Amino acid sequence: MAEDKNEDYILTIDNLRRVYKDDDGADVEALEDVNLKVRRGEFISIIGASGCGKTTLLRTIAGLDKPDSGSIVMDDHEIKKPDPERGYVFQQGGLFNWLTVKQNIAYGLKTRKVYKSKKQDVPKYIELVGLKGFEDSYPYQISGGMAQRVAIARTLINDPRILLLDEPMGALDSFTRADIQDKLREIHKLNGITMILVTHDIDEAIYLSDRIVIMTPRPGKISNIFEVKMEHPRQRGGVDFLEMRRKLLKEFDLATAQPEPEYNI
Amino acid sequence: MIKKRSVAYGFLLSISGFLIAALVNKVVPITADVEVVDYKVGGLTLDINSAYRLVLYSLSALFMLLGLISLRTNDSWKKFVKGAPLRFASGIGLLLWDLLGTKWQVLTQPFFPGPAGIIKAFLVEPDFILENTLYSLRLYASGFTLGVVFGVGTGIIIGWFPKAYYWVTPVLNVTGVIPAVAWMPFALTLMATPFDAAVFLIVMCVWFPVTSLTAQGIKSTPKVQFEAARTLGSNTFDLVFKVAVPHAMPQIFTGISTANAFAFTTLVMAEMMGQPGGLGYYINLSKVWSAYYKVFAAIIVMAVLFSFITAILGRIEKYALRWQKGLVR
Repeated sequence: MAEDKNEDYILTIDNLRRVYKDDDGADVEALEDVNLKVRRGEFISIIGASGCGKTTLLRTIAGLDKPDSGSIVMDDHEIKKPDPERGYVFQQGGLFNWLTVKQNIAYGLKTRKVYKSKKQDVPKYIELVGLKGFEDSYPYQISGGMAQRVAIARTLINDPRILLLDEPMGALDSFTRADIQDKLREIHKLNGITMILVTHDIDEAIYLSDRIVIMTPRPGKISNIFEVKMEHPRQRGGVDFLEMRRKLLKEFDLATAQPEPEYNI
Repeated sequence: MIKKRSVAYGFLLSISGFLIAALVNKVVPITADVEVVDYKVGGLTLDINSAYRLVLYSLSALFMLLGLISLRTNDSWKKFVKGAPLRFASGIGLLLWDLLGTKWQVLTQPFFPGPAGIIKAFLVEPDFILENTLYSLRLYASGFTLGVVFGVGTGIIIGWFPKAYYWVTPVLNVTGVIPAVAWMPFALTLMATPFDAAVFLIVMCVWFPVTSLTAQGIKSTPKVQFEAARTLGSNTFDLVFKVAVPHAMPQIFTGISTANAFAFTTLVMAEMMGQPGGLGYYINLSKVWSAYYKVFAAIIVMAVLFSFITAILGRIEKYALRWQKGLVR
């Protein structure tokens, strides 16, 4: 576990606030007063009910959304726009259907104009995510789980320092889900990359994370942060696992039991 | 495994129709008043009947060859056999047409010549037909290529920039409903040569469907694809040409196939209205002399030429869209 020294933080989220207008033109606070420091090499999960702003937070870290106030600083620079140093895996639909598995993975190398010097990385990453033999398949020819592995590989090939995962297993069945979780675990162990995962799945969060951030909706804010100090590989049926699960569920009950904001219609 | 009986059936049915037609042409005497003259074409001396029989033999040989090639796989053979009854019927059809149109001349002449009568056109003036075919082909190639280039270009611009879309769409909608040949008088005065005028008309008729479908394809690109591309280090150029344009490819090809059909119509009409050459010009010229067999000859050339062009476009489309589900068989 990393020490709590200041220089060990890769990401500092400071007083982040984001408001957007809903269909009726009313202000909705997607994020309010969000503060978080992410340690280098840490695996963080963000969980919370839908509408709690967890995806907005992740998108803001990626630079895809802009905050209304507050800032996100990565090492020494403020995040303003997307950059391959922060890889992003979407829930689904992010692959380019007109490119083969191999071409999808090589895409980042080509746009960053380093394909010539780094093309030997492509088979390496295909191997890493276990897609050997599917190099020349098109996205419509592979399963959803394989598609997500391609999505992970094509961000990793850019050597990102942070990998942002937006419910990448959300649309998959539970077996494929467990398979990808193990893959992520393996990659995290292998190259110590910082990972931030947004998920609905409490078990998934406990299985993978060093810390679990709990967010609550309206306005979207961080309500609690839990450290998970179990050794890997974690046993999903283990005593401490179940204890953690109980703790989180309890937190959730509390979180969702907060009074709804009043509406006067 | 392909059964011997299937092979016999496939070949026999594919070529026998044409061979019977040739046999009938050979043995049935001409009872109508038809002048049969010898023509010298490329070292051969042919009259209309021997030329017609040569075509029938060539068709038999062609299907024989196609059959042999398709024996390589079960699927391609099945496809070949499926077409066999149609080939037999075509042969019988030609046989009847030959009897009614040439041998006995039951059909009204000179409006409905028999197949041998039509072939006469190719014996009388093969060079002139070729010349006009090449003129049409050149006109089509220039107009269609330019139209597709302009169309895809405009489509990308208005699909990408909402402002451009706002200003160009009305122009597109107005020009889109006007048949391109309506611009003929203007085209003839504005352009230096009649050829350029016809190219202009084809460009107009191709431009519209290609532009609007390209724009649609670009505009319908899912946001997540752009976002994914941006997190992978894409600049705006990449977003347009490596994401939006490939995504729009299926629509672009729909536009191109539609435009292709429009272009044939415009091409022939433009030629009939004021060109110094081309198959449409040839039809007009022949009509004046009541040489209807030449009109039919030009129509047959068009059918072959346009089918060929359409088939090539189909091949290109199939290759370019091989990544699309359901398109690869």
